[in-house]
Amino acid sequence: MTGQPVYGPVMVAMSGGVDSSVAAALLLEAGHEVVGVTLRLWGGESDSGCCAVSDVDDARRVADALGIDHHVFNLGDHFDSLVVGPYVADHAAGRTPNPCIECNRHVKFGRLLDRARALGFGLLATGHHARVVVRPDGTRRIARAADAAKDQSYVLHMLDQDQLASLLLPIGDLTKDEVRQRAADLGLRTADKPDSQDVCFITREHGREDFLRRSLTLTPGRVVDGSGAEVGSVAAVELVTVGQRRGMALAGGAAPRFAVDVDVAGATVTVGSIDDLMVDATPLEAFSWADGPVVGRVLVQTSAHGSCDPAVLDDGVVLWAEPRPRVAPGQSVVFYDGDQVLGGSIARRA
Amino acid sequence: MEGAYLDHAASTPARPEVVEAMLPWLADHPGNPSGSHAVARAARRAIDDARDLVAALVGAGPGDVVFTSGGTEADNLAVDGVVRATGGLPACSAVEHPAVLAPVADAGGIVVPTDAGGRIDLGALAEVLSAVDGIRLVSVMAANNETGVCNDLDAVAAVLAEGAHEAVLHTDAVQAVAWIDLTVACRAAGLVSLTGHKFGGPKGAGALVVRSGVPLAPVLRGGGQERERRSGTQNVPAIVGLGEAARLVVADRDATVTRVGALRDRLEAGLLAGVPDSRRTVPYGTQRTPAIAHVCFDGIESEALLFLLERDGVSASAGASCASGAQEPSHVLAAMGVDRASAVGSLRLSLGHGSCDGDVDHALAVIPAAVARLREHDRAVGSR
Repeated sequence: MTGQPVYGPVMVAMSGGVDSSVAAALLLEAGHEVVGVTLRLWGGESDSGCCAVSDVDDARRVADALGIDHHVFNLGDHFDSLVVGPYVADHAAGRTPNPCIECNRHVKFGRLLDRARALGFGLLATGHHARVVVRPDGTRRIARAADAAKDQSYVLHMLDQDQLASLLLPIGDLTKDEVRQRAADLGLRTADKPDSQDVCFITREHGREDFLRRSLTLTPGRVVDGSGAEVGSVAAVELVTVGQRRGMALAGGAAPRFAVDVDVAGATVTVGSIDDLMVDATPLEAFSWADGPVVGRVLVQTSAHGSCDPAVLDDGVVLWAEPRPRVAPGQSVVFYDGDQVLGGSIARRA
Repeated sequence: MEGAYLDHAASTPARPEVVEAMLPWLADHPGNPSGSHAVARAARRAIDDARDLVAALVGAGPGDVVFTSGGTEADNLAVDGVVRATGGLPACSAVEHPAVLAPVADAGGIVVPTDAGGRIDLGALAEVLSAVDGIRLVSVMAANNETGVCNDLDAVAAVLAEGAHEAVLHTDAVQAVAWIDLTVACRAAGLVSLTGHKFGGPKGAGALVVRSGVPLAPVLRGGGQERERRSGTQNVPAIVGLGEAARLVVADRDATVTRVGALRDRLEAGLLAGVPDSRRTVPYGTQRTPAIAHVCFDGIESEALLFLLERDGVSASAGASCASGAQEPSHVLAAMGVDRASAVGSLRLSLGHGSCDGDVDHALAVIPAAVARLREHDRAVGSR
């Protein structure tokens, strides 16, 4: 358990996976009054993630085994308007969003935390692999998990002091193997359940393109090189991510070319060499901070399990210590001090 | 904490006499009613006695009663059975239970709107019948499961008689049995669905009453039980319990209606007086069962309210639940024209034979305080 010990009623968000199952068990062992909640978020087609009825059943059965109450909250309306709608709008604008981060921001640590508090629960727990640390001055930060390979601090970067004060992350000090071992020791049915991987409202069978095609009118586009010469085409500008190499009908043989810019309004994707893809700076927008704005030297991570690179944060721009590939607009850019999260933002188009 | 069970529209406790009647048929009498020996004939006699009691409950002949596993199977058999037997189309009201709506949708049927009370719009029904050829089944529930609102089935039958002589009237009477004399209310219906656990009987036993002359193809095929209309070995103990529940409800329904109706009225009036910005969901003057108080509280989410009520010992519900157990927006309130914001804050309290003054006192002590607490939280957050 990280953070200062606080004993009181805890609402634990149970997805039906092994991590949140063990989180609930550890809270119970620590002496908390625990109630489990599973969110119903997506009413449409799904083959993965949080919302399948079988996952709710797993959460309920684990709660039964632990002897705690379990409830299902239907936050589907909020999920539609705060996560799915913006996801579609971001693609329509040529950005590559991370809907799981927006779900954390608006639904789990927005609506659910608010509801927990309204119901008399000062504490909300999840099964994320990350830790809440209390600093000498009493402020809190998200810190990386004990299991570096499973670390989810990136997707929790938006939490502020108010939210962190209510957050418990019981499994952050355990490796994934240790979590599974605890689940097995406790006889929990989720001990060997595979991790969920994908966005819950995008099915493996039909994919992102199919989902977006049903939600917006996709724009066929030209692919041009740095001089403006047309070198290929794409069926949907909205589906191109900055940095991608394939799927742009480029002639083979030459040196690899990458998407370096996506212009939906102009129905144009610009490609360039690996040198053209590299940048010294990434412009940002939509900042959030754990405890107030930060400038200067930071470590910066631009994808859930990507590298964390030194940079200088200054006036809405990350200046990279070493040139690095462009960050796709819409991606979250998260700032660290050592293993602690300082805050985050979203990459914007140059 | 002493609890108040106010979810009888979801399920009722089996009455003691019902449990008593069922017990011998679980362990002592193993017979299969289709068999020929004395042990089997005893089981056969038991379900045929129950058949007489269910027939009397509805005002039908014993040969008209087809035992099913419950209301959903009865509704499915009514819709699919007539559609398969006639090749015609089904139609139903917009507030039907999903057990009717789903087979109607699967058969390409038509959904008829309701008025603000949730009763089928008879004018719209007449238009559908004259505009669409081949409607052979019209399904209109006797009493709604969320609101308790009752349809005038004689009036529906009159529209059918004018518009489509071949259409059969089916009524889902699942929520009506405990409160309404079906021998009168359902006399115009050729098909009547009911289930035991809504009126003091066990789960797992229901019936579809199929009056003679109604075309019906079986859904479950096999051994030809229930006069070829529903194959499968009958659930003898549950059917015995269903029959006993039917006997009891016929015997004491009038007294129960008076007593529970007074409880419901006190509960509803107490909530409307005790909770500011609250309203009755069903318009005044709409005929409804005496069992359900359905109210909307502005500015709260019923999901959060139900959570608090459970912790305070009140078991209630709101709208409908999906397979995961999550609350779903109510199609019934939507059909009545209740806006989504109001529907989100709705609460259904449903009483039953065993409800008492203490339940109402408990609910009135707990619910206004819980609503106030949720509103107070929102005010505090909003002013932050």
